[in-house]
Amino acid sequence: MSKASYLRPIDFRHGVVDMNHGAGGRVGAQLVQELFGRAFDNDYLRQGNDAALLPPLPAGYRLVMATDAHVISPLFFPGGDIGSLSVHGTVNDVAMLGAAPLYLSASFVLEEGFPLGDLQRIVVSMARASRDCAVPVVTGDTKVVERGKGDGVFISTTGVGMVPLGRSIGGACALPGDIVLLSGSIGEHGVAVLSQRASLQFGTAIVSDSAALHTLVAALLAAVPEGSVHVLRDPTRGGLATTLNEIAQQSGVGMVLEESAIPVLPEVAGACEMLGLDPLYIANEGKMVVVVAPVAAPAALQALRAHPLGLRAAQIGVVTKDTRRFVQMTTGLGGRRVVDWLSGEPLPRIC
Amino acid sequence: MKYVDEFRDGALARNLSERLHAEVDPARSYQFMEFCGGHTHALARHGVVDLLPANVRMVHGPGCPVCVLPIGRIDMAIRLALGQGVVLCTYGDVMRVPASGGLSLLRAKARGADVRMVYSPADALQVARDLPQREVVFLAIGFETTTPPTALVLRQAASEAIGNFSVLCCHVLTPSAITHVLQSPEVAQYGTLPLDGFVGPAHVSIVIGSAPYEPFARAWRKPVVISGFEPLDMMQSILMLVRQVNTGRAEVENQFTRAVSRGGNRAAQAVMDAVFEVRESFEWRGLGEVAHSALRIRPSFAALDAERRHGLQYQAVPDHKQCECGAILRGVRQPTDCKLFGTVCTPENPMGSCMVSSEGSCAAHYTYGRWRDIPVLAQ
Repeated sequence: MSKASYLRPIDFRHGVVDMNHGAGGRVGAQLVQELFGRAFDNDYLRQGNDAALLPPLPAGYRLVMATDAHVISPLFFPGGDIGSLSVHGTVNDVAMLGAAPLYLSASFVLEEGFPLGDLQRIVVSMARASRDCAVPVVTGDTKVVERGKGDGVFISTTGVGMVPLGRSIGGACALPGDIVLLSGSIGEHGVAVLSQRASLQFGTAIVSDSAALHTLVAALLAAVPEGSVHVLRDPTRGGLATTLNEIAQQSGVGMVLEESAIPVLPEVAGACEMLGLDPLYIANEGKMVVVVAPVAAPAALQALRAHPLGLRAAQIGVVTKDTRRFVQMTTGLGGRRVVDWLSGEPLPRIC
Repeated sequence: MKYVDEFRDGALARNLSERLHAEVDPARSYQFMEFCGGHTHALARHGVVDLLPANVRMVHGPGCPVCVLPIGRIDMAIRLALGQGVVLCTYGDVMRVPASGGLSLLRAKARGADVRMVYSPADALQVARDLPQREVVFLAIGFETTTPPTALVLRQAASEAIGNFSVLCCHVLTPSAITHVLQSPEVAQYGTLPLDGFVGPAHVSIVIGSAPYEPFARAWRKPVVISGFEPLDMMQSILMLVRQVNTGRAEVENQFTRAVSRGGNRAAQAVMDAVFEVRESFEWRGLGEVAHSALRIRPSFAALDAERRHGLQYQAVPDHKQCECGAILRGVRQPTDCKLFGTVCTPENPMGSCMVSSEGSCAAHYTYGRWRDIPVLAQ
């Protein structure tokens, strides 16, 4: 009697990653096939090569590429996990140039002893996120490091996208007089992750905002004349304050923000008060800053608010002429202060 | 947010600001010292200074617990962690305080020391329970606010007979620091720092009460208004100070009545007294040796005292020659008077302690207020 396959199925319930999974032998091939191949399945992966052969770009477009390493701890958090995060983070980096993300690559560094069941959860979640964004993982790699030399799983993803020739959206393009928009409330991702830390567990209903923003970007760009959106950037590590300082630095401008206009959920504000943190410096994974020409700002804001990921979008400030490149803020109290770069590390490993 | 937004209301702030402008005597100036780093931070973060009349100047005091911790104390902790292989637990801000040899606890960690950030001394005790084969030391710092939790944990460790836990106690006392500022030559003799009153500590006063400030308010004829940490608390307290000065009073008044009583938290005082005794003298960064200004673990808890348990000797280390932290902590100089400020001393690379914690006057001015130093060309 013939057997379906001369392989013992992977025991996802009790099994753990061991050095064999990375040794390039049969065990590794089986893991790639039964877990990664099945979850991410698409025509490019099925080519079965170490690289994916991709179709040509349409005329009038050029390539955009971004890469991101994900080392978050804990691996699972309210609203997501390292798998979905590694898709959203890279899709967003591509989208922030006004590009349409097309393909992803994924490389996994696994630590010896990591439960295969957890790996399966992560890969399934990652595959779901990739399908939801319609951006397939077209090539990948897996390596195993000895126990104690990793932290469960690290995932690096690279994204490739396309942008129309002539579109120029970037951190250096903000102009004095531009309007600064924010697509929603800040601080949810960082606080959600923080709430799960073993040393710091506190009860909260806060869920990470981790999301892919490319459809929001597309809706925004469709609603305003080409060329009127000057900067798009997602305020991840370092939070909104750091992102705005980066833009001010790159563009050689200043900014004046209105503290009362920046949306913050009461739960996030409460957690930050308790922990001595400032929501301006807390990471987001599903928000973006839009710097837009003043004439297009109302339409841009309307387009953001019409999209499910931009319901709470707000105008939070203006770009000023300031050779010192200060980001300043009118406080809720009515005073003025600098909104500085993040200094040091408020929270370890949040993305 | 409930119970926070109410104390940051812009309309109420404008009312208080108008009243302050109406009540100050334009013929004179007012200099008030806010003792606490928490107050310094709140003034800067909320831009309170913009709402004060031009002749009211706030002088930052020595009440940032991280800032007054001398280099020699951090060196002791680093010796324990790097040299003796203990698990060293402490609060996050302390990790970045510069110590001897270009080290800090954070840099010692990068060199292999087991240094862990905790939010509470109870977490450090838990680390000791979880790692019974390791020596665990909690580096305890702070004023009377953080002292009761340390006392409780020491009592708990004693009752559980935990054999691998000890505390390196660097707790300091607020009233002796204020007295020290008032006795400093600049204030007492030369009159180069004419202080008209104090914004009194918020959380410290919850523990010790308002009574401990009464002797020096009387003796030095300086008004004290105990103030909450929210910006409207501070504006109201400054108004109360202006009124005391205008009417020639020098009393202890309590603006922070929702939390502070005259006697303070008796239970917290009792547990502190059971576990700690007053040191004859203690070195403060910037202030030097200050008599009766800090706490030591009582001999009955000797096994839990890291200094005794690990045979630690304190060695004083002078600050960088050009560092003005000492004068800044006494309120004699401002951050911008220091040559190092914003050039070699920045929040990323602090030389002096005032730049380390966000409550330090230099860090607060650098982070929130430095735009004032530079004329903005156009907006």
